[in-house]
Amino acid sequence: MNGSIPFALCGAVLVGIGLYGVMAHDHLLRRLIAFNVTGSGVFLLFGSLSALSSGGATGAVPQALIITGIVVAVASTAFVLALVVRLKEEDVDAPAPGAFEGSSEHDDHAP
Amino acid sequence: MLLDLAAPDFPWIALSVAIPLFAALIAALSSALAPVVAMIAALLCLGAALWTAVLVTTHGAQEVAVGAWPPPLGIVLRADGLAVAMLITAGLVSIAAFAFARQAFSARTQTPETRSAYSFWPLGLCVLAGVNAAFVSNDLFNLYVALELTTIAAAALVAMSGSRAAFEAAIRYLMFALLGSLFYLLGVVLTYSTHGVLDIRLLAISAESGPSTIAAAALMSAGLMTKMALFPLHAWLPPAHSAAPAPASALLSALVVKPPFVILLRIWFEAMPELVTPTLAQAFGALGACGVLLGSILAMRQERLKLVVAYSTVAQLGYLVLVFPLAGGGGAQQPWAAGAWTGAIFLTLSHALAKGAMFLAAGAFVEARGNDRLDSLVGLAREMPISCFAFGLAAVSLMGLPPSGGFTGKYLLLTSSFASGQWWWGIVLVVGGLLSAVYLFGPLSLMFAREPALAVTPVSRARQSIALLLGLLSILLGLFSEAPYRLLQVDRPGAAAEGFT
Repeated sequence: MNGSIPFALCGAVLVGIGLYGVMAHDHLLRRLIAFNVTGSGVFLLFGSLSALSSGGATGAVPQALIITGIVVAVASTAFVLALVVRLKEEDVDAPAPGAFEGSSEHDDHAP
Repeated sequence: MLLDLAAPDFPWIALSVAIPLFAALIAALSSALAPVVAMIAALLCLGAALWTAVLVTTHGAQEVAVGAWPPPLGIVLRADGLAVAMLITAGLVSIAAFAFARQAFSARTQTPETRSAYSFWPLGLCVLAGVNAAFVSNDLFNLYVALELTTIAAAALVAMSGSRAAFEAAIRYLMFALLGSLFYLLGVVLTYSTHGVLDIRLLAISAESGPSTIAAAALMSAGLMTKMALFPLHAWLPPAHSAAPAPASALLSALVVKPPFVILLRIWFEAMPELVTPTLAQAFGALGACGVLLGSILAMRQERLKLVVAYSTVAQLGYLVLVFPLAGGGGAQQPWAAGAWTGAIFLTLSHALAKGAMFLAAGAFVEARGNDRLDSLVGLAREMPISCFAFGLAAVSLMGLPPSGGFTGKYLLLTSSFASGQWWWGIVLVVGGLLSAVYLFGPLSLMFAREPALAVTPVSRARQSIALLLGLLSILLGLFSEAPYRLLQVDRPGAAAEGFT
């Protein structure tokens, strides 16, 4: 039972590291990796917490949910990557002034 | 076969998810068939939703265990009054968006076939499947999957036009949405490990407020608020909703932002009503009020019509969370005033219809004039009276003028606010209405200006009438509010009438 406590703690730490990465970096790829670190943390936390509360192995329901979650995470990651690649190609074709943030006319909302 | 369809346990609810998913598959395989298949699917969804509404009003809330697998491993879909009302609205808006998109994104009219013409149909159908799934799901994790399906399809719709601004808007949208998803998922994980169940109705029985329950509720709410663009997490919405082509914008602004609000209602009103303290309810209301004011002020300052309409969505979504401080307000003294919950849902429905109409009208203007700058709308009322009238009808509903659906919703919220002595939320409602009049009269006065219109590419009357029909429906929702009102009372959560105590 206590065997899963270190895993739960690891999961919590991963969530924290990932969230820091999402907030602290502007680079889109780094942010995407940070999202995935957070996601892994959430899944690890899920598995170990349910093992803790059931007092043994992780049950069937959490396992099914974690697998579904991983599939969703992979799909979203692939999609964001495709978008980032397209954005990069646009930059190569027609280098636009300014970085990703604040370059478009849509950015006139309040800070 | 017909007998089976009429059987009480026929899974009508599951059809509203299965039909658009299946149609999306066909639309992805054959772009020649796509427009027809999408329209048939949307009509079938509306039909299934209407039939479910009949069942719900006569027999009470309907449930179906998909594939006859019992929970917790199986998935239970459930239709109460709220879910059915949202299903019907989703059907109506998607029919209108698909009808308007037919000419713009049909493989026959575009040779060689463009990316937009190919991708709009499967993505639009996935959005319909995702929002429908979110409306009828009662399981927190199932709701997560539905939200993700909706988000990914919606972000692809944003990026569809292929411009640099569209890619930036889509990436920004995804960054917010993925962060929101992670927060929501973390909340789901904490809920499951604390209570061992994910079904909202089972949670309602077993929820006790320990620290982990509070943390879970806070995380899920933060995630959902990001996805519904509630102030201060609204920055992604205007660029995303205005970058998409008009029929996609209509789906995004009318439908995609609604499931997070419905889930927020379900979590707080159905699963954990005893967790809401007066301070928390007022905090929700304050965020909503900030959204109303900021969204309206920014809408006034835009120079492009689609951005005005998109900022107006930020403002209108702010009204919805006023349901938290106002729920059950003064219900003990004045039972007729206990309609804040119903009022917020009326606002949700009428906003969906009116915003769909507005974006489709804006799409007609863009096609006619080649851009959506406000100064190019001058004198359009003479050239395109149908679209301008549609925009005007939708504006009446958004401003909350009688007899629109927006008026019914605001009236219910307003009476609750004064009946419960919370006059400050009443002021927010009134001021928000006045501000929306300001930012909507700007474009309207240009359209109806005396100056002659600039060069106009003709848009067929039939396509212009689609927006008019949606605008008309948002008015009719107020004129004939009794039937939807009664529908919403089916299986209404207790906290909606009594308020949080």
